[in-house]
Amino acid sequence: MALRSTVCRLLVNPHRCAFFSASRAQGTAAATRPAKVQFDWRDALDLEGQLTEEEVLIRDSFRTYCQEKLMPRILLANRNEVFHREIVSEMGEMGVLGPTIKGYGCAGTSYVAYGLIAREVERVDSGYRSVMSVQSSLVMHPINAYGTEAQKQKYLPKLARGETLGCFGLTEPNHGSDPGSMETRAKYNPSSRTYTLNGSKTWITNSPVADVAVVWAKCDDWKIRGFILERGMKGFSTPKIEGKFSLRASATGMILMDEVEVPEENLLPKAVGLGGPFGCLNNARYGIAWGSLGAAEFCFHAARQYTLDRIQFGVPLARNQLMQKKMADMLTEITIGLHSCLQLGRLIDEKKAAPEMISMLKRNSCGKALDIARQARDMLGGNGIADEYHVIRHVMNLEAVNTYEGTHDIHALILGRAITGLQSFTVGK
Amino acid sequence: MGVLITGTNTGSCERDSPGHVRYNSVSELKWRPLLLRIRVKPDNTGVVTDGVKHSMNPFCEIAVEEAVKLKEKKLVKEVVAVSCGPQQSQETIRTALAMGADRGIHVEVSGKDYETLGPLQVSKIMAALAKKEDAQLIILGKQAIDDDCNQTGQMTAALLDWPQGTFASEVTLDGDKIKVVREIDGGLETIKINTPAVLTADLRLNTPRYATLPNIMKAKKKKIANVKAADLGVNLTSRLEVLKVEDPPQRQAGMKVETVEDLVGKLKEAGKV
Repeated sequence: MALRSTVCRLLVNPHRCAFFSASRAQGTAAATRPAKVQFDWRDALDLEGQLTEEEVLIRDSFRTYCQEKLMPRILLANRNEVFHREIVSEMGEMGVLGPTIKGYGCAGTSYVAYGLIAREVERVDSGYRSVMSVQSSLVMHPINAYGTEAQKQKYLPKLARGETLGCFGLTEPNHGSDPGSMETRAKYNPSSRTYTLNGSKTWITNSPVADVAVVWAKCDDWKIRGFILERGMKGFSTPKIEGKFSLRASATGMILMDEVEVPEENLLPKAVGLGGPFGCLNNARYGIAWGSLGAAEFCFHAARQYTLDRIQFGVPLARNQLMQKKMADMLTEITIGLHSCLQLGRLIDEKKAAPEMISMLKRNSCGKALDIARQARDMLGGNGIADEYHVIRHVMNLEAVNTYEGTHDIHALILGRAITGLQSFTVGK
Repeated sequence: MGVLITGTNTGSCERDSPGHVRYNSVSELKWRPLLLRIRVKPDNTGVVTDGVKHSMNPFCEIAVEEAVKLKEKKLVKEVVAVSCGPQQSQETIRTALAMGADRGIHVEVSGKDYETLGPLQVSKIMAALAKKEDAQLIILGKQAIDDDCNQTGQMTAALLDWPQGTFASEVTLDGDKIKVVREIDGGLETIKINTPAVLTADLRLNTPRYATLPNIMKAKKKKIANVKAADLGVNLTSRLEVLKVEDPPQRQAGMKVETVEDLVGKLKEAGKV
C-alpha cells in the first residue's frame, strides 16, 4: 500500500503535467531534456504532491461536502445570525469531528488530514470552522487526553457523531490572555463527593446550545483543573452574546455557574495546572493555522476572478499593476503559509513538535489571512462590502480568528520568550 | 465506471429466504476531466487533458451508490469497482471503495491505447470481466460527460447477450428478476428483466453519498487488482479514427432591426423562412 501510494503520488498529479502541449512534444521527440513544468497559481509549490492518497481523498470528499452543503447556507446564516446546529450532525456523519482520535467512533487520521479538513471548512466560513475546532480540539481532545476511560466511553462516541455538542470554558470577562488568574472556583465537598463551581466564562463558542461544557476552574489547592458540566445541572446557564459582528454563523455565549454541583466523576484527572487547557488550545491552534489560510485562499481567488471580470477604462481591473502586486503578495503568503503548516502537521504526526511551532504558525496564518482578506475587500471595491460577495464576511470573521486562541501579540511574546529566554508577559522580573 | 455485481451463477445462488437471491455486483467507473475550461488541442486531434484535474463521472457515482445501497439492503453480496485507464484512474476506484465497494479491478490502459479507448473496447473488457468474475449484475453510468456516447452499457449487454435496463431511475430486485423504471422521452417506462443483466444509471436514480473519513480510511485496506486488457483476451484496437476536433463556432454579432417587416425580410434573405 505504501509503495502504491508513493507511485500514485508521483503520477496522480494532473496539475504537474509533464508535457506542455502535444505540438511542443513533437519537436523534441528524441531529446532527453527535462520536461517543462507549468506554474500553477492554485498550488504554487505542489502541496498536492506532498499529500498521501488518503489525505487527498479526504480533502476532496470533504471539500465537495463543504461547497455543496455548507456554502449555500452561509449567506443567510451570517446575515441573520443563525447557527445551523444540523451542520454538527452532518460533520459527525462525515466522520470529521475529532478526526485524530483513535477509537471511540473517531476516524483516527493524521494531523495533516485534520489541517486539510479545517482549511476546507474555513474556506466557507470561519464560524463553521470554529464550531468544528471547538468540538474536536477543545472538547473531544481534553476528554480523550485527560479523562477517565468511563468518561471517554460516555461522551466521545456521541460527540464524534455530533449528537452531543460541546463547548470549552476557559476565558473569563476579566481574564482573557491571562487565564492563570481566573476567578472561577471549584470547591470540593467531601460529604457529597462533588465539586461546587462558581464563576463566569465568556466568549464561549457553542455555549448557548451546547449539551456539555469542559470548564476550567481553580480548586482549593489553587491549581487549575477541568470539569465536564452538563446542560440541566442546577445553576448552569449559558446566555447568548448579542451584537457580534464576527463569526455570526456560530453561536457564542457565556457560561454562568452559580453553585453548580458537579460529581467528582466529572473531573478530568490527568490535567493539573494550565498545561491542561494549553494542550487543548495548541491542538486547536494548529487547525486554525491551516483554516485561516483556507479563508485567505477564498478571498484571493474571489479577488482574482472579480478583477478579471470587471472592466474599467476599457480593460479588466486585473490588467493593473496595483492589482497584480496585491495578488502576487497574496499568492506568496498563502503558499508559504500552507507549506509551513504541512511541515508542522508532519512533525506533530511524528511527535516532534513543540508548542512554539504552533504559536508561530497560528500567528502567521491568522495575521496574513486578515491582511489578505482586507486587501481582497479593497480590490472588490464597493461590491466588496456586500455579503453576497462573501469577502467582507471573511474580513469580519478573521478579526476574531486573529484574536482568539491567543492574540497575535501574545503569540509574539511566546516566541520572544523562546528566542531570548526572557519572559515579557508580566511587568515584574 | 460501472459497478460490477459479481456473484455465483444463477444455478447455485445462495438463497437466504424464498425469492431472495444474493448477488455480487460490479461497477465500471470512468475517470474523466473535471468541468473546467476545456481547450481543444492545437493539432485539433482532441481536447487538452494534461494538467486538467480528473474525477469520477457523475453517472458512475450514481451507479456505485446504487450498488452499495443494494449491498446494504443485503440483496447483493459483493460490489466490485472497475476502471479502465492509466495509473491515475485508480483514484476513482479508491473513491468507489470509500463509498462502500468491496474491492477494485484496475484494467491498465495507457498511452495511445487510452487515447483511442472507446465504448466498444470498454464493453469488451466488461464482458470478459463479467464472465471471469461470474457477475450477476453490471451497473454503469448511462453515459460519460466527456464523450456523451451512451453506448457502453448497451454494447456490454449485447456482447454478453444479457437483458439491459438503461436510463434507470428506479431499480428493484424481485427474486431472480429486476424491475427497472426507465426515464424515456415520453415519461417513465417500467420493465421487468431477467438476471444476469446490465443496468445504466440515470440522474434521478439516487443521490451519491459523500465518502466519509472512516470509510476512506477503511478503503486503504481494500484490494485493487491490476489486470491488462490482453490478459482478458481483449483487443484494444479501435475501428474509429478521430479526424478533427473543433471549437464550437464563435458567436457572431447580432443585427438590430426596426420593424417586424425588416425582421421577416432579413430571415427570408438568410433562407431561414
